[in-house]
Amino acid sequence: MVDVTNRAEKYRSVAYYGGCALEGSGNGYDVSTRAIAKELGLGLKEVTDWNCCGAMEVKNIDPKVQTYLSSRVLSNAVNLDKADVVMAPCNGCYHNLKKAEYDLSHDDKSVEVVDMLSKKAGHPTYKAGQAETIHALDWLKHTVGEDGIRARTKGKLDGLKVANYYGCMYVRPRHIFPEKDKGPGTESTSKPHFMDDLLDAAGAKSVDFALKTACCGGAHTLSDSDTSTKLVLNILEAAEASGAEVIATECPTCHSGLEMHQVRAEKKFGRKTKVKILYFTQLLGLALGIKPRKLGIHTNISDSIDFLVDKRIV
Amino acid sequence: MPIHEKSLIRPENITTHDKLVVDGVDVSGHWSTFITARNVTDYNETMQEEIAALPGGEHIHRCWQCGSCTNACTVNAIEPRFNPRYWIYLIRMGYESELVRDADIIWKCVSCHKCTHVCPRDVVPEGVMKATATWLEMKGYTEKSPSHIFDEEFSRQIFERGKIEDTEVMHNFFHKTKQPLLQDWLVTIGRNIAMRLPVKWGLKMMWAQVFKPKTKNWSKARLAIEDYIREEDARRHAAVKAGGARKAAERPHAEAAE
Repeated sequence: MVDVTNRAEKYRSVAYYGGCALEGSGNGYDVSTRAIAKELGLGLKEVTDWNCCGAMEVKNIDPKVQTYLSSRVLSNAVNLDKADVVMAPCNGCYHNLKKAEYDLSHDDKSVEVVDMLSKKAGHPTYKAGQAETIHALDWLKHTVGEDGIRARTKGKLDGLKVANYYGCMYVRPRHIFPEKDKGPGTESTSKPHFMDDLLDAAGAKSVDFALKTACCGGAHTLSDSDTSTKLVLNILEAAEASGAEVIATECPTCHSGLEMHQVRAEKKFGRKTKVKILYFTQLLGLALGIKPRKLGIHTNISDSIDFLVDKRIV
Repeated sequence: MPIHEKSLIRPENITTHDKLVVDGVDVSGHWSTFITARNVTDYNETMQEEIAALPGGEHIHRCWQCGSCTNACTVNAIEPRFNPRYWIYLIRMGYESELVRDADIIWKCVSCHKCTHVCPRDVVPEGVMKATATWLEMKGYTEKSPSHIFDEEFSRQIFERGKIEDTEVMHNFFHKTKQPLLQDWLVTIGRNIAMRLPVKWGLKMMWAQVFKPKTKNWSKARLAIEDYIREEDARRHAAVKAGGARKAAERPHAEAAE
């Protein structure tokens, strides 16, 4: 059984692994996540001397090196920061840490290579089970939770129609997420709902959105832009058809993919969509009464300030 | 009498005669359409082994051809020629000439992991696509794909410094693929956002250009990774070479229908 009360306590203070995207193009996600933590009194301690997780690229050069990159982050969190929970808001980082955890508990060759590289790099080898990796959604769902959000926001998002977009790396492949699909209260890999739960608790109205876990083509944003644009356009148009005014995101690659290809779809294919794109942490932050600038909303490509003012959310 | 299977046969393998007499019988009309007979003898028996030696291809031998991967595939939905199930079948059979017909699109896998999610045999078809694209490059069938160039640039920065820097990835990628940096859609994005960004942000971006983000205490990790990659690359090249690299002139030409 999942002990939710224990989690609420355990996740109150976690090691924070923002990763490269949150330092660059996904800065709004980083800023809004930290702002929420501060507002809610949750502890985030950045992992000491962290490195990139390898995203979707290093595994194509060498999968074992990709596992090593994640293991080094986990090793630093465990040994330097004495953490037992690592929270990664980026789907790519989250996925890779989970994948490393899976590989290190199922594949002897991965264990061997990671140990060899860790010794040469001069840090303790991370061993499976030393830390738990969670997503920003797990973190908020299990600490403040729906009741906490409801009490603090008093329905501030006021019926805002939101399409919750989770993307690929948060749910697939299922075998690297052993805690998901375990019945009531746990996350689902086919119909994820943690983001719906949190935003609905803040007063939003999540629409029935069929493309929650569709792919935005983020891996090929630049290298095969036409494919990415087609996939993104599909998501944007499906969201509008579902009646959504806003797409809430929880991944910096999805987020910038949607924003960039929304512009590209109009420029290249003449297909204009009006739906706004915001990180779920930006929406929750607004609901908690944090100022838009403190949530990095002005740094999004998708300009939603006027819309939010119209909706009286700002 | 129509040939029901005609749509399954490639046009170049169908011959139609206006007038034809066989053994004194006039078979002009419907009966004069023939499918070219063929015997496929040119198999590459080491193809599966070679692809299995490349990153992502390790588990190709587990496939039992259920087709769940193609059914779930994101790219297949917008490009019907993109068919992971079929390509895995061809590789396992060693039917190189048939695989090569699709060499131009195999690199287009977007790594959405839908195939790996549904695969009942843990083949990791997504990895097999990457390995196959790499193999086609190593054999000289395709140029280095934009995706591979992107992977290399991205990985180089990580191996060197432990972190990447967005604009450097973008700049170097466009440079290496000989595309203009100022793509019209990126210019539009840049212009729109520049109006709203605080000065502090601009300074921060300039700062990142001069002082690239890097991981502290990374130098030993860098050496360890680079050594390891060098060894693995040598092993992979040997594995593919042992399978007998074909020269361009000896490439089998496509001759058969599905």
